[in-house]
Amino acid sequence: MINLRIDDTPVQARPGQTILTAACEAGIRIPTLCHVEALTPVGACRLCLVEIRNWNGRLVPACATPAQEGLDVVAHSDKLTALRRTILELLFAERNHICAFCVSNGHCELQDLATELGMDHVTFPYRFPSLPVDASHPKFGLDHNRCVLCGRCVRACSEVEGACTWGFSGRGVETRVEADLGDPWGASRTCTACGKCVQACPVGALFEKGKATAEQVKRPEILAEVTERRPRA
Amino acid sequence: MPKVRLASVWFSGCSGCHMSFLDLDERLLELATKVELVYSPIVDIKEYPDDVDVLLVEGAIGNTEQRHLLEEMRKKTKLVVAFGDCAVTGNIPSLRNPIPREELLRAVYGEGDIPGLEEGDVPKMLPQAVPIHTVVKVDRFIPGCPPSADRIWTFLQALLAGKRPELTGADLRFG
Repeated sequence: MINLRIDDTPVQARPGQTILTAACEAGIRIPTLCHVEALTPVGACRLCLVEIRNWNGRLVPACATPAQEGLDVVAHSDKLTALRRTILELLFAERNHICAFCVSNGHCELQDLATELGMDHVTFPYRFPSLPVDASHPKFGLDHNRCVLCGRCVRACSEVEGACTWGFSGRGVETRVEADLGDPWGASRTCTACGKCVQACPVGALFEKGKATAEQVKRPEILAEVTERRPRA
Repeated sequence: MPKVRLASVWFSGCSGCHMSFLDLDERLLELATKVELVYSPIVDIKEYPDDVDVLLVEGAIGNTEQRHLLEEMRKKTKLVVAFGDCAVTGNIPSLRNPIPREELLRAVYGEGDIPGLEEGDVPKMLPQAVPIHTVVKVDRFIPGCPPSADRIWTFLQALLAGKRPELTGADLRFG
């Protein structure tokens, strides 16, 4: 076993476990957004940033950093809360996240994080970009206005379903998830219509057609169930 | 103890936050013993008075008149509160923001003279509907679409008890 400290609590981890998993098993909650059990961690959203005291206070993503002997991890501090709030505010400012008018209102990980981190308003100017909605698929829709680019759909599609339909195009603020090589989702020849991407999506970007405001409930835990990491619910 | 001078205003929003305020129901009676409502869409006072203690602002800022009024109100008010998601984030009125102003007005009203395109009898529409803290300094934020009556009451109770009202936990929820 590996011995480390998280928030001054001694914690044990098995070799190969990440700081996030070790914290989770010790009952220490670290906020996450791009992480979901059963998918390869990518450290994309940076909300799980923790500070390593004995690495000169370096900030690392807990989801993608292996637990190591003797690490002295700070998971909660005023500084980390401020950093996480800044990240969250930037996510809200980047696209059109209008909770009141979203299929995922009330069942959204981004909305929940705002509550958890005490975000009462966004201090950055909103960009209000003009973004399309792809409703070409017979069963599902993709609303780029809601997307946070966590890549959970991309990973669920390649790592669990094996279809590799989803990918990223563009760079920086112009990044978009897209089916195949930019085809409308409905025209995709690789999509199996399994819906794992929809269940993996933490926000209202991917949704089932026919769901109105606040009706879309997701079950990202199906990814752990179908890969037999967890018993089926 | 002198009564708290409370005001409220309705800008670009649906009035749902004011409806939710009225949902305080019997708590309004207790409120009435402690506050004087000096300006609001639900009272018949035309001019915004001086020396207001607390102003609840519903709605985003969508035209020049609203922006001017808010700036004037700020000068006469101790505590300005963004009341509901439209005031806090822009919310539903901000759905128009990705569309250029003239294109939007032409799509709705057609060719020719369009009220709101330029300053006139109808105030000029701003290029985007914006949250109120981008126009004036805002002291407190009450998110929610609308904020529930219980959330509003939590806020007002702290205020009336002379404490610094601070919403936390589940009371800080958008949508």
